[in-house]
Amino acid sequence: MSTTIATRDKAPRRRGDVIFAGIARGAGIAILVALAGVALFLTLEGFPALGASGAALDGAANFLDYVWPLVFGTLLAAILALLIATPLAIGVALVIAFYTPRRISGVVGYMIDLLAAVPSVVYGLWGIAFLGPQLKPLYQWLEEYLGFLPFFAGPASSTGRTILTASIVLAIMVLPIITAISREIFTQTPQLHMEAAMALGATRWEMIKLSVFPYARSGMVSATMLGLGRALGETMAVAMVLSASGVVTFNLISSTNPSTIAANIALNFPEATGLKVNALIASGLVLFVITFAVNFAARAIVARTERERS
Amino acid sequence: MAKSIDISDLDIYYGDFLAVEGVSMSVRARSVTAFIGPSGCGKSTLLRSLNRMHEVTPGARVDGKVVIDGQELYDPMIDPVEVRRQIGMVFQRPNPFPTMSIYENVLAGSRLNSRKLKKSEADDIVERSLKHANLWSEVKDRLGKPGMGLSGGQQQRLCIARAIAVEPQVLLMDEPCSALDPISTSAIEDLIHELKTDYTIVIVTHNMQQAARVSEDTAFFNLAGAGKPGRLIEFNPTKKIFSNPDEPATEAYISGRFG
Repeated sequence: MSTTIATRDKAPRRRGDVIFAGIARGAGIAILVALAGVALFLTLEGFPALGASGAALDGAANFLDYVWPLVFGTLLAAILALLIATPLAIGVALVIAFYTPRRISGVVGYMIDLLAAVPSVVYGLWGIAFLGPQLKPLYQWLEEYLGFLPFFAGPASSTGRTILTASIVLAIMVLPIITAISREIFTQTPQLHMEAAMALGATRWEMIKLSVFPYARSGMVSATMLGLGRALGETMAVAMVLSASGVVTFNLISSTNPSTIAANIALNFPEATGLKVNALIASGLVLFVITFAVNFAARAIVARTERERS
Repeated sequence: MAKSIDISDLDIYYGDFLAVEGVSMSVRARSVTAFIGPSGCGKSTLLRSLNRMHEVTPGARVDGKVVIDGQELYDPMIDPVEVRRQIGMVFQRPNPFPTMSIYENVLAGSRLNSRKLKKSEADDIVERSLKHANLWSEVKDRLGKPGMGLSGGQQQRLCIARAIAVEPQVLLMDEPCSALDPISTSAIEDLIHELKTDYTIVIVTHNMQQAARVSEDTAFFNLAGAGKPGRLIEFNPTKKIFSNPDEPATEAYISGRFG
């Protein structure tokens, strides 16, 4: 026994191990290089815009004034999308995990996953051509009866292409991510904890509250955060659906809406020249930092709860 | 509070698979009845059918009757949730709710039964149940701490306290000591002795000395072969089973010649 341990350092390394370790290490490093390259590009190319003003920034006095409405729009659309998607996704995940027979739940889960495979252009088209017009009467109703709330102050958009419509489209797009992760965690709840609740005479919902949610809490948070990351960065659907005018407003149903960073880049980049390109890239850097921070926060929350559990 | 259990011609299926066949027996009130037998003989399955916990497994169903104090358990009008509120269960591995304090763990069942508990009532239930489970003196100064912070044996006694907090008619125990060290095991066995004055207890155990120590009656289960259903071989007072059993198979099992 002791001899094998003593000689292990000098033992010849197997070729397969060396090759595999090299490939794995290379892949890992490539990710870091790509990420650093993107950050470097955004910083270098975006830097000139920080000192710019006027025409390159669509008339804004400085870069902060230029990017703030975009940041606001990005966050507003993403958060609205999450407010809609999270309860729905967790409900769907619960149904799949606990309420339907296994055969049906497999099919439903598959359908939800298919939602993730629909290209965002298609969602955009659907949002413009179908969802927007369908929501128009709802917006008129909201303006008439809930118009005293700043969110529904109106005047209601005549096309339905509002930030609320964009958020609903976004919600459907992030639904599969949140559902898939939540379902995965729900089904991993230890049988022992579920039986503890059942044996006390818990109904299924009480069992979920007593055993499943406490176990799955951190996973649900990280699922939501991943969904938030997707909603923040989504470009095409928002660019197509939203009729944006770059304002800062909580009015969700009018025809003047804040734009988002990603949609703004997509819409303006083709015609941009000179300093304007730098300004768009700098706004991209801001989006990069926001999504990075969101993902980082999600990781931190998950890591903390996992440490508490162990 | 304690009730007797009459089982007649009970068959238990998982889907098409017959797991337990033709069990008939009477479990006496305010006594301890032990189920013994080799692994896979259906003793745990039978135990779980006594509070309809086996229904958690998809496709599980029973034929036959289980009557507790005149009430047919498998009557279509009976809600399994109600059954489980009246028949407590303790599992093989301690399973306190991991995010709850000791205090909240004991109250979990009471909170399900009645939404509104006054602070004083809640305190009473916690103290009474923990005292009953011989855990009070060890945890009374840290009731707010998580239940998972206790030792394995303490956790198991916490689970017993949780089960008896709702004053069930019957207490089912599925190998409650198999994950515990000998000292904790002995604490649980002492507790079982005390609890049987108030509760009807059914315990599944792999440890025959334990069955001999804690139970009044013992049921021996066996299966005829792999894939065959488990059957009740012999049900007699524990003293008789361990000294002069009726069946040769029982004798062979308890003397260690097989199983």
